[in-house]
Amino acid sequence: MTPQEISDKLKTQFPDSILEIKIEGVVDPYIKVAPEYLKDISVYLRDNVDLQFDYLMCLSGMDYGKGTLGVVYNIFSMKKKHKVNLKIEVPKDKAEVPSVALVWQTANWHEREAYDLVGIKFLDHPDLRRIMMPDDWEGHPLQKDYKVPELYQGMKVPY
Amino acid sequence: MTELPTTQTKTSTGRSVRTEEMVLNMGPQHPSTHGVLRLELVVDGEIVIDVIPHIGYLHRCFEKHAEKMTNYQQVIPYVDRMDYCAAMNMDFGYVLAVEKLLGIKVPERVEYIRVIMAELQRIASHLIAAGTYGLDIGAFTPFLYMFRDRERILDLFEMTCGARLLYNYMWIGGLSHDLSPGFIDKAKDFCKYFRPKIKEYNDLLSYNEIFIKRTANVGVLPADVAIAYACSGPVLRGSGVNFDLRRDDPYSIYHRFEWEPQVGMGEMGKVGDCWDRYMVRIREMEQSTNIVEQALNQIPDGEVTSAIPKRIRPNPGDVYVRTESARGEIGFYVVSDGSGSPYRVKGRSPCFVNLSVIPEISRGHMIADIVAIAGSLDIVLGEVDR
Repeated sequence: MTPQEISDKLKTQFPDSILEIKIEGVVDPYIKVAPEYLKDISVYLRDNVDLQFDYLMCLSGMDYGKGTLGVVYNIFSMKKKHKVNLKIEVPKDKAEVPSVALVWQTANWHEREAYDLVGIKFLDHPDLRRIMMPDDWEGHPLQKDYKVPELYQGMKVPY
Repeated sequence: MTELPTTQTKTSTGRSVRTEEMVLNMGPQHPSTHGVLRLELVVDGEIVIDVIPHIGYLHRCFEKHAEKMTNYQQVIPYVDRMDYCAAMNMDFGYVLAVEKLLGIKVPERVEYIRVIMAELQRIASHLIAAGTYGLDIGAFTPFLYMFRDRERILDLFEMTCGARLLYNYMWIGGLSHDLSPGFIDKAKDFCKYFRPKIKEYNDLLSYNEIFIKRTANVGVLPADVAIAYACSGPVLRGSGVNFDLRRDDPYSIYHRFEWEPQVGMGEMGKVGDCWDRYMVRIREMEQSTNIVEQALNQIPDGEVTSAIPKRIRPNPGDVYVRTESARGEIGFYVVSDGSGSPYRVKGRSPCFVNLSVIPEISRGHMIADIVAIAGSLDIVLGEVDR
């Protein structure tokens, strides 16, 4: 299916949850959705017979700078060979996004990474721990206003 | 840490003894974890009940470095250091992503040289994968044979750009140098030399009775699990899924060459076992040789630096580009805010994703099999941790 058909289908299924559809004038088309509907949308994307998005290629945490964080999902269908990109934006002081780790198992580690480096909390994640940084590290390095700490466990950090 | 259960078990003489599960750390300094990876094994005697991978020992936050660069070109050396065993493939993915963001087209000659380099790199990387895999299992000799042949590829790279491991050769819009005089003949000689060597590896390792006993029916990864975990590359194809980005999501000029993606067929055991994943790599080397040979015969003359932009300032926007590296789908999600340096670069690493499936395929195996399973996934920790 073309990006237009996919977004039309989503629009009819979830009329309130689609915030923005961008197809023209961008390199990769994307659909911006409301966080609270994410889980329903992802289950629908995976299980609908016309869509069958079974392969989550990439999940990236984002810091958009102006007080909002975000998550970008690049999803592919192995059977239908089409793609869709979902975007979510949440305020930084309440950065909570429903987890899709039970929809696509691969999201488990990607979400842990986004939590670790960007600081997004994934609700209902089976095992939300830091993955790259030590467990007792403070702060989330990929946030735009992140300051490198002077010391970690008594060791000098900036080299 | 979870509480480990204790149980009463009857011994063969009828005596009742208390048994409990044990946690065993494999790594971070362990020869068969191929770097600094720690696997926390929960074992019941010799049987592994659960595996909890701990990564991050090599984390350099490449993504933060990329944001701090003053231009897009400077990110390439960092990208090289993600998968240091297949640096050309890493470069390829990143430059394609930025080129797509910029909307530039590179000259024909550049496309051909990139494909030649990427495929030679794939062979070199698979030689490390297969060689060290033999080493993990206990076969020392094939490792030496494979490194002997990898050396010839590194010589070709050295001849091209001076570096043997981390190249910084593919640039946005072109290449750092044209091919050296005599490269094409030398590369053709290599293809002629290399093809019979694959049979040698098969005789030495692939069809070795002990090797088959250690790898067949071990760590079976079913196709649906592989897709749910978004495995890619030889790990996905080993499970019998005929999917290769070079054919199914074509980029560059791969559609011009004749070659076949290789899939696991379960010849020695179940489809998706360690042997299948290993064998896919061996067979892919032959296919890569085919591609290199065709590309060497078709390569046109021309400029390689003419399309390199003087100033790289993509319009605001984002792009996700994925390519087939030696280890699977390397994707780059690049976001531009219109300035001269990237706003965000995320590397979707195939090893990171492939490693996350290890608990799923390890449960119920012996401790020694974990070595065989981890080796068959062919992880490079520089890329897992970034």
